[in-house]
Amino acid sequence: MSASTSPIVGKLDWTVTPYTDLLHQVNSSTIVGAGAASVLVLGAVAGGAVLTWMRWWGPLYRNWLTSADAKKIGIMYIALALVMLARGIIEGFVMRAHQATALGTLTEPESGLVAPDHFAQLFSTHGTIMIFFVAMPLLIGLINFVLPQQLGARDMAFPVLNQVSLGLTAAGAGLVMISLLIGKFGTGGWTMYPPYTGIQYSPGEGVDYWLWAILISGMGSTLTGMNFAVTIFKSRAPGMNFMRMPLFCWTSLCVAIMLIYAMPALTVSSAMLALDRYAGFHFFTNEAGGNMMNYANIFWMFGHPEVYILILPAFGVFSEISSTFSGKKLYGYTSLVIASMSIAVISFTVWLHHFFTMGQSAGVNIAFGIATMIIGIPTGVKIYDWMATLWRGRVRITAPIVYLTGFFLLFVIGGLSGIILANPSIDYQVHNSTFLVAHFHNVIIPGVLYGMLAGIHYWFPKAFGFRLDERWGRRTALLFVGGFVFTFMPLYVLGLMGMPRRSPTFQNPDFLPWMYVASFGAVLMLGALASLVWTFWTSYRNRAALAVPGGDPWNGATLEWSTPAPVPKWTFARIPEVKARDDWGETKRAGDPWKAPEGYDDIEMPADTPHGLLIAGAAFALGFAMVWHIWWLAALGFLAIPALLAWRGMKVIEPRIIPAAEVEEADRRFRATVASLAPATRADEESERNRGRPDLAEFAG
Amino acid sequence: MSDNSLYPGLNLGETHSAAHDQAETTVFGFWVFVMSDLIIFGILFACYASYLDPVGLAGGPGPADLFDITSVAIQTALLLLGGVAYGGVSLVVKYEHGHRRLIAWLLVCAALGAGFLFFEVRDFIEQAGKGGVPQASGWLSSYWTLVGLHGIHVFSGIVWIMAMVAQIAVRGIDDVVKVRLSMLGVFWHFLDLIWVAIFSFVFLVPLS
Repeated sequence: MSASTSPIVGKLDWTVTPYTDLLHQVNSSTIVGAGAASVLVLGAVAGGAVLTWMRWWGPLYRNWLTSADAKKIGIMYIALALVMLARGIIEGFVMRAHQATALGTLTEPESGLVAPDHFAQLFSTHGTIMIFFVAMPLLIGLINFVLPQQLGARDMAFPVLNQVSLGLTAAGAGLVMISLLIGKFGTGGWTMYPPYTGIQYSPGEGVDYWLWAILISGMGSTLTGMNFAVTIFKSRAPGMNFMRMPLFCWTSLCVAIMLIYAMPALTVSSAMLALDRYAGFHFFTNEAGGNMMNYANIFWMFGHPEVYILILPAFGVFSEISSTFSGKKLYGYTSLVIASMSIAVISFTVWLHHFFTMGQSAGVNIAFGIATMIIGIPTGVKIYDWMATLWRGRVRITAPIVYLTGFFLLFVIGGLSGIILANPSIDYQVHNSTFLVAHFHNVIIPGVLYGMLAGIHYWFPKAFGFRLDERWGRRTALLFVGGFVFTFMPLYVLGLMGMPRRSPTFQNPDFLPWMYVASFGAVLMLGALASLVWTFWTSYRNRAALAVPGGDPWNGATLEWSTPAPVPKWTFARIPEVKARDDWGETKRAGDPWKAPEGYDDIEMPADTPHGLLIAGAAFALGFAMVWHIWWLAALGFLAIPALLAWRGMKVIEPRIIPAAEVEEADRRFRATVASLAPATRADEESERNRGRPDLAEFAG
Repeated sequence: MSDNSLYPGLNLGETHSAAHDQAETTVFGFWVFVMSDLIIFGILFACYASYLDPVGLAGGPGPADLFDITSVAIQTALLLLGGVAYGGVSLVVKYEHGHRRLIAWLLVCAALGAGFLFFEVRDFIEQAGKGGVPQASGWLSSYWTLVGLHGIHVFSGIVWIMAMVAQIAVRGIDDVVKVRLSMLGVFWHFLDLIWVAIFSFVFLVPLS
């Protein structure tokens, strides 16, 4: 990076790529850096080539990027998350590989695969990506896909706003991705605590990449939260009162409320840090009255609700699958609702446990410690409810149930280590050690990742019309379980032995065996990632055999299983009249659930628009320009956003009308298909005989 | 409150059937957005309070050196009158008094908002001249950020008003425009609410 700023290209010049570093000095660290940049470039080139070769640019633009359909937006969120997941897992593997070779000596303290600065970038991007660009898009995508279908709605309350939210999230992800190739990422961890990340100690572009990625995608998440909340409050089907909503909708409501109240805190802390860095303000500096504790408090006011934002949708998924795959009604519906809401509220009262050691009085620490332990109670209630749901059910060991079992075994351990950490006097001993790293991976991987992958497996046929291969699905799940155990259990031990987190090196040879075990676990995690990709690929190849045109492959009880698979863009030919909790199950019990509705009406759908895409482009330009001090482009990107809003405001936008005749034709075709299918029993669920029409005699849910 | 009230505030009423129904979802959504915005201001208020001590002031100029309470009182009057004027907008829409009166009321709101901004910016320039720049201390950083963010909101409100004037001129008072005017009303009154808190906690408390 050059010292001067050009008016045209800001601080950009030819020295910012990792290839320049490689030319300067060839070692394992620069090779890894240049290799990662090459993967990005080759991936982009290959993606572009495939799209051009298959002539997919047009369909991609028309059917996906300009679509305001919540189901498609959900799928795009999940696709984005899976791409980022691949990078996150690979980074995790590189970090494990580094630490396994990082035993230093007194004469040669630095060793290992990558340089210390490179290692710091790795754990910073890994954390940022996994939280903001894997977990968040996974859960937001899944909710987008499932929520309107479960509520009996055609779409979100604000479809175009939804598109904008996706665009902003993608723009943030794009900024993190491009930092592989152009410049460096920050080294302050995913929390980017000042004053280290202030301009005095981190003068480069790295922290700015983080700031703009977070500010832009955080705005998208806030808007998503509003959209979910309004959809749940205002767009439910007639008769779908609150206590009839499936549990997944309840946890989505909790997530929505938490996004609305928690995301602004992140926006504020990041904006204040940006003002410190760009305009010389003194919020968090060491001198002139700055106070970094304000950053810690505001960040974790967001950060703690955030971890429950991540976990609650997974709890929703586990509620759905435990009921469906054991063929029983969900046990303790009301207690699960109360527990979810309690978690949502209590999660706002525990943030201080992230910095017990940063100087509060003992009394304050104790209050937050107790609040933290209390939040374990509703979570425990949920675990018992799910186990009681499975109890004496006819449980089918499908891939989601493997994930659920892994979750039961591992999440409880993670929760218990959390209770240990909630005790301030113990926290003083193990804080900032790999014990903590083990703890939060132990709740996030079995909780969020398993939950989301189980959800993807469960609802995949609804999106694409064919099931995922169960055998490969189970192998993936088992690899993720094994990978987790081998990677993170050793970190508990290492933490207790005194290994600090985020260390690029260590001098105690006793650590080494545990490091090797953890690296073996990281290999398993890579295997799990490959297996996940293979599951999608092999299922796609066998899509004819796995097709479920009947739309109800698991003998489900909630509304989304009443429609064809893949679900049509209007979702319901006629908005259902909900008469009971688990309305589709109730209809099954009453006799012929696939009876045609009495009549069809024209359906209004939101018109396609490139609005979200354009705003995403402007936001990305703004973020990138701010990182590199390209002021003219920043001004352009900044002004483009209100201009786009104003331009859209002037136009009268007509919705797309789908004529009743078209809906009727498609719906009658679907009902004729269902009538022609042979009902599949539970024993046949994984075989080719499962065409999406279950044997109703077996329905007990 | 009448029984046909679908969202807090002045409803369009059932005579505006389609717009009234649409407003239920859209204006409710906007209320949710405002709640989220309120959290941002709430955190900034808390920060302001935390920097309002000798450490946060860091030897720089303080409230007594910088605040001109007469100017702040004038700003308050202008902004709150702007809020009252928006009542004119809402009533013209609800009782369909026509384009010209609607645009006139909107311009009155914009003018009062601009008057507020004029005095606010003048104060900022004066304070900067006395060394009260945001780079001087943690307290000044938080003062400029909180009051400045409110000022940016007022500016955005004026831009939004002008956009609505353009929309009314081009597309007339259709259902979409009516709903947007209801949202703008929520936003414009929200700015008054924040200002009342700023006037009390930012200006009066440290001067008392």
